[in-house]
Amino acid sequence: MGTLFDATFFDTMIASVAVGSLYALIALGYTMVYGILKFINFAHSDVFVLGAWTAFTTTTALIAWTGLSAAGAPWWLGPIVLGVAMVVCGVTAFCIERFAYRPLRKAPRLNVLITAIGVSLLLQNFNQLPPAPGLARTATVSFPFGPTPKTMPELLPDVILNESIIATGTLGGGERRGQVLLDRAVTVLPGRTYRLDVTRQTEAGPVVARFNLNNPPVGEVQAGTPLVTQPLRPPAEMQGLAYVLVQVPAVTIRLVDVAIVGTAAVLMVGLLWLVFRTRLGAAMRAVSFSIENAALMGVNVNFVISFTFVLGACLAAAAGFLYPIKYPSLQQPASDVWVLLGLKAFVAAVVGGIGNIRGAVLGGFLIAFIEFFGETYLSATIGSGLQDIYVFTTLILVLLLRPAGLLGTPVREKV
Amino acid sequence: MALLEIDNLSVHYGAIHAIKSVSVRVEQGQIVTLIGSNGAGKTTTLRAVSGMVRPTGGRVLYQGRPLAGLPAHKIVRMGISQAPEGRGVFANLTVRENLGLGAYIRKDHAAVAQDMDKALSIFPRLRERLGQMAGTLSGGEQQMLAIARALLARPRLLLLDEPSLGLAPQMVQLIFRIIREINQSGTTILLVEQNAHMALQVAHHAVVLEVGQSTLSGPAADLAASDEVRKAYLGHG
Ligand SMILES: Nc1ncnc2c1ncn2[C@@H]1O[C@H](COP(=O)(O)OP(=O)(O)O)[C@@H](O)[C@H]1O
Ligand SMILES: [Mg+2]
Repeated sequence: MGTLFDATFFDTMIASVAVGSLYALIALGYTMVYGILKFINFAHSDVFVLGAWTAFTTTTALIAWTGLSAAGAPWWLGPIVLGVAMVVCGVTAFCIERFAYRPLRKAPRLNVLITAIGVSLLLQNFNQLPPAPGLARTATVSFPFGPTPKTMPELLPDVILNESIIATGTLGGGERRGQVLLDRAVTVLPGRTYRLDVTRQTEAGPVVARFNLNNPPVGEVQAGTPLVTQPLRPPAEMQGLAYVLVQVPAVTIRLVDVAIVGTAAVLMVGLLWLVFRTRLGAAMRAVSFSIENAALMGVNVNFVISFTFVLGACLAAAAGFLYPIKYPSLQQPASDVWVLLGLKAFVAAVVGGIGNIRGAVLGGFLIAFIEFFGETYLSATIGSGLQDIYVFTTLILVLLLRPAGLLGTPVREKV
Repeated sequence: MALLEIDNLSVHYGAIHAIKSVSVRVEQGQIVTLIGSNGAGKTTTLRAVSGMVRPTGGRVLYQGRPLAGLPAHKIVRMGISQAPEGRGVFANLTVRENLGLGAYIRKDHAAVAQDMDKALSIFPRLRERLGQMAGTLSGGEQQMLAIARALLARPRLLLLDEPSLGLAPQMVQLIFRIIREINQSGTTILLVEQNAHMALQVAHHAVVLEVGQSTLSGPAADLAASDEVRKAYLGHG
């Protein structure tokens, strides 16, 4: 055991913040709709799944149609894919509200709830139907998305932002397979990981291959000392190639995580601004307090409700876009993996105080922290793989001790 | 032509026939009061004018045009604004945001700022509480907020639903004084009240509602003097 704030701690922290921001994005949609219509939109997590699959399909299609290489996607691909996912999810959510929920606006709440479950099942099962013959352009790009898991192409290179280059130069070939010689002296620290990035010129341009250094000697390593790289390549192949020797930090900050947290943060700050600082946001909060009295102010209530659904769906689409960037293996739309993710985001909304926007953000991060820190620090004593138990135990405790959620206040009206 | 003409209006809530035959004329520049006991259909009449319920019979003409079927948010834009029964302030919004929503339909921001200032000088108590959540105001302050908010729409016709309900006598006096001032500055008012005594004092014209029907109407002073009204609504035997 190291100190409390060791690499494990910070790794867990980074994972919690990244996944927490995704939970928060989804939880916001649950909480906004609840705030206005006082019912749980069970189809919301399926809109998130739709976002993930739309992101996958758009990425694969764009890569196929533009002939880009799957490895080096240009930076502008991400924003386009995000935009498409938002439009698809926004339109879907608009239609769900317009055609499934609005006709039931004055019906008992239970009817709407059952309808929401129905819409959820419809989306799940429709989305994983086998592709319609006319729409199956390639093996991977299809609509509906089909019942098989897929792998998201790399939208962002897997870059560690805080790694440091400790040497560059030209490689010499060693005597045995896997052996290379460096042309300069380097200092190798104990307990650290080192990586050798080797550039080979090909007809299509330079290609970088990554090798790990297997147990390099610790301390001052003289030029010409043979080092063993993994995977093992014949020395002749490595001879004369340009190399970059990289020291991998104990706590790695990856571009993927920074991009996820950054995108989510921008969206959440934008949402808070919209809801708490604009005229439309005031109208949204007014509608959530009283639909009738908001209409008396001249607020077009139907527009505000549609807008709220679309806004929630756009945030869910963003979460759906970001999730497979971090976890590229995409389960089929009706998989219970998605159900569990949606459920945790819902728990986040409830724990934060359903109907409360800041509560959803707080709940999202809190649930992820409990999930990841529980798994990291309690698995040795209690057992591993129990992260979901920690999450739902938290839910039960919060409901017992603060039924309105952490930031939810039971509304009291003065007479 | 009357500013508002409610003619033989009928409203159902499901199977309940809430108002059967209500007729009210509101002339430009007047205060018209609608008095009647609890459940007579006063609120329902205002709700029908504002577009919150759909009439099942009769008609509502505003400046000669029928309002039937228009959604509430469009009726506000035509110049009718309502301070609803029970005040209907947004407890989860600040006083300033509530006032801002009163002016939701307006784009003339400079004039809105002026009107806001004017409303706050009518109700100085609100000025001190601009940043406070409306839910934390006292009942009287909430009523002031509801009236100020309705005024910020710059209505031609202001509908007030029991503005004196639940207020201390002094506050009631204040509210009625302000109602008169608002009218004197040019706003036509349709005032619903159970406090017939006060309502008949400020109004030009009055209509009595009994179980969903308008039974009496005439100049407020005449009604205040009539035996029927004195017996039923003014507590004189
Ligand atoms: N939402 C409603 N649903 C069913 N009945 C209602 C509703 N609102 C009012 N009523 C009924 O309509 C009648 C008139 O009510 P209302 O207009 O509120 O009277 P007032 O404002 O004069 O007290 C009453 O009998 C009342 O019970
Ligand atoms: Mg009433």
